[in-house]
Amino acid sequence: MEPLTWSGSLGPYLNPILLIAVGVFALGFVLNFAMTLVGLRQAEPIVNPDHTISYRMGPVDMALALMRYAVFAVLAVCVIYILGGILQPSMEAKGIIGGVAAQYMPVWIALVVTYVVSIRFKRRLGLYGKLFDNLVGMIGFGLVMFWVYTAIFAPMIATYGPLDVAASLRNAPPGSLVPGASADGAFPYYLLGGDAGARDVFSRMVMGAREVLTIAPFATLFAFMVGITLGLPAGYIGGRFDTLITFLANLVLAFPVILLFYLLVTPEIVEAGVPVYMASVLFILPIIFLWVLLYSRYRAQPHIIKWVAIPITVFLLLIYLGTVFRFDPIVWFATSFIGYLNQGNPVSEWMTSTREAYEPLIGIPIDGNLLIVFVSVVFVNSPTVFRIVRGLVLDIKTRDYVAAAQTRGEGPWYIMLWEILPNARGPLIVDFCLRIGYTTILLGTLGFFGLGVNPESPNWGSTINEGRRLLTVYPHPPLPPALALMTLVLGLNLLADGLREESLKD
Amino acid sequence: MGLFILRRIGVMLLTAFCLTLVVFFLTNLAPNLEKLAKTQGNARMTDAEVTQWLENRGYTRPLLVRYGEWLGVVPGWTRTDAADTVTGRCIDPGMSAEEAPTFCGVLQGDLGFSTVSDDDVSNVLGGRLALTGWLMLISFAVMVPSALVIGVLAGMREGSRLDRTLSTISITSTATPEYVSGVIFIIIFASSTAGLSPWLAENGWIEGRTLFLGSARSAMEDITIWNFTLPVMTIALYGMGYIARMTRASMAEVMTAQYIRTARLKGVKFRNIVLKHALRNALIAPFTVIMLQIPWLLTGVVITETLFNYNGFGWTLVQAASNNDIEMLLSCSVVAVIVVLLTQLISDIGYVYLNPRIRIS
Repeated sequence: MEPLTWSGSLGPYLNPILLIAVGVFALGFVLNFAMTLVGLRQAEPIVNPDHTISYRMGPVDMALALMRYAVFAVLAVCVIYILGGILQPSMEAKGIIGGVAAQYMPVWIALVVTYVVSIRFKRRLGLYGKLFDNLVGMIGFGLVMFWVYTAIFAPMIATYGPLDVAASLRNAPPGSLVPGASADGAFPYYLLGGDAGARDVFSRMVMGAREVLTIAPFATLFAFMVGITLGLPAGYIGGRFDTLITFLANLVLAFPVILLFYLLVTPEIVEAGVPVYMASVLFILPIIFLWVLLYSRYRAQPHIIKWVAIPITVFLLLIYLGTVFRFDPIVWFATSFIGYLNQGNPVSEWMTSTREAYEPLIGIPIDGNLLIVFVSVVFVNSPTVFRIVRGLVLDIKTRDYVAAAQTRGEGPWYIMLWEILPNARGPLIVDFCLRIGYTTILLGTLGFFGLGVNPESPNWGSTINEGRRLLTVYPHPPLPPALALMTLVLGLNLLADGLREESLKD
Repeated sequence: MGLFILRRIGVMLLTAFCLTLVVFFLTNLAPNLEKLAKTQGNARMTDAEVTQWLENRGYTRPLLVRYGEWLGVVPGWTRTDAADTVTGRCIDPGMSAEEAPTFCGVLQGDLGFSTVSDDDVSNVLGGRLALTGWLMLISFAVMVPSALVIGVLAGMREGSRLDRTLSTISITSTATPEYVSGVIFIIIFASSTAGLSPWLAENGWIEGRTLFLGSARSAMEDITIWNFTLPVMTIALYGMGYIARMTRASMAEVMTAQYIRTARLKGVKFRNIVLKHALRNALIAPFTVIMLQIPWLLTGVVITETLFNYNGFGWTLVQAASNNDIEMLLSCSVVAVIVVLLTQLISDIGYVYLNPRIRIS
């Protein structure tokens, strides 16, 4: 069998169309630009005597129409490629583009379902629904959801495991045939080629989406909780507390990010236990935030405090202890108690020895390296969030509804969390989207310098770093993760833009 | 104004003090020192030998005292061993104990000794900073004007087609970090097997095998368009979008102001409104952003220098950090912190100076 071509059987028909469409678009753009420079403008509407409005197309409008049709043609060709990839039976006919499109089947279905449902019910979905009135926001949302679904369905999309090696395919070009694959039923091609370690570039990119999209949103969320917990009182109460926290925030902001990473994300730091100290401070803040949030609202309703607020807080505290300190009070007490009852016998000996090395039942097992990556990303992001929140609070606290709440005799925390915070949500949501993108870039930077990540991991940053050594000879391994990272961040930026525009319309 | 500057400088010194203390603490953690002892002394030292080695070199004393010594406000340690030879922090090899200075720290201009370069830090760092200075200078010279032009063009008619196109360009550029754009640029312009170069070479339009060079190593001696375009483009691209967006926002806000409307109603030409009335006020806000962009560029410089093998400041920082070169890393941090704080100071003062509403009140 031959290696795959890029466009398969559809290529001879569609490639010329694509080329012509791109050419026409470029031509239209140049013409349009030239005419604008000369001083020609788009046609003005003409009001006819019968009160209808019509346009007379000028040359500028012609050029614009040309560009529009070219864009439609390109989009149509792309859709045909994807459909062709899904519908055609053989891999040779699908080609690389078609093959990738066929592997992405679950993502296409999920995307179509999301869009159909969202657009159908957009009037009932609040700000999220309004996003679908905005082209920029829709494109951004599409790009983001594309990668989110890729992360979710990654095992179905990937053709190989991220660490599977086919020794003869070191730096193999895209579409290479995997020797002996059809015999054991494995996928017969390396769709986007092999990297320097003879692993499948396509599968690593897909699995990398999972790595990136699990850490980035969570780290951003934590940064927001930390920033909000500190920013609300700093802005609302002010005084010494405000001065101190603002100074600390400026201190962190004055640190060049890369230097902070190089100082924090090292094996020595992990060995010295610094991530645990930092995590113990940073991770307790969200729990305090949640407790204060619930308590300030429901303190007059003891049953809610007793049955909802306290259990949630205790559960989160257990997760906190188990994750940060690897300590589980339940296991600890149980082993201590049983050990005490059976003093002197082998069971007790075993109990006391395991007590030192047990795994907590509740708690997320994070190893030191991942924890320090997480903590340092939260640490870098939270001062900026703090400043944004503080600024918003300073603005909102002069409003009438805050004065009304004060007159009603509400406590300061109730006002901060239930009067000010909900009214600051618009800018915060927009910044949240932007910040996930920024966090993704930061994580990529860490991966690029090989800080805190396993060098084998399919993380986009480390894949780019690995591929750059032979970049001028074998350009294909680092390109897919680079484009993936770029499109994800672009999607988030566009989404934020769309959200900002729509929320300003209110 | 004078009081304001004094206060700013006071806060700046306090910040510098705190930051260097943090960096000193983080670079002098016990595991780092142990690693230092093992790389400098002997890789197979026992724990007791490591402690002894560290003690002989004054590393076991309290952190704050050592920080004071490093800063140059506490007298450097001296130690007399069994054979009556005096060693000390300020006593360089081949120097007797009497003629050595009492203080030797950053304030005296003694940055310490780099274990990787095997030379005094101050000898190495100057040249590296000069190299990075060139890179940043040229990047700034490309980035700032193009960003301002894009921002002003986009902001002068908010919502127009031109605005939409330019905004999309700047949003894309903020979504392309240096390690992505650098890789893409190298593939397009500097790869002998892919991108534009093979095609151009086949037609005989370029002399070498590639349009630009994918490594900036030769630029350390001689900067040419061939070897310096790609690093400069890589750095400029990421920062450009951000400045352009700020300029656009500022410009769009100014264009809705009353005096612009008055000028339009008076019949002033659009070109004159933009150039004579709007531009000056619209450029105040981007000035702050541009100054604050310098610390941001630092990260970009580190990435770009690593990607293009350009041995400047960023490359030195990476080497120092990955080889546990403690004093070099400390000095790099000091430089970085000074750069950041100075740019903040300049941006604050500049903002007040440029903005008459604040200056006069």
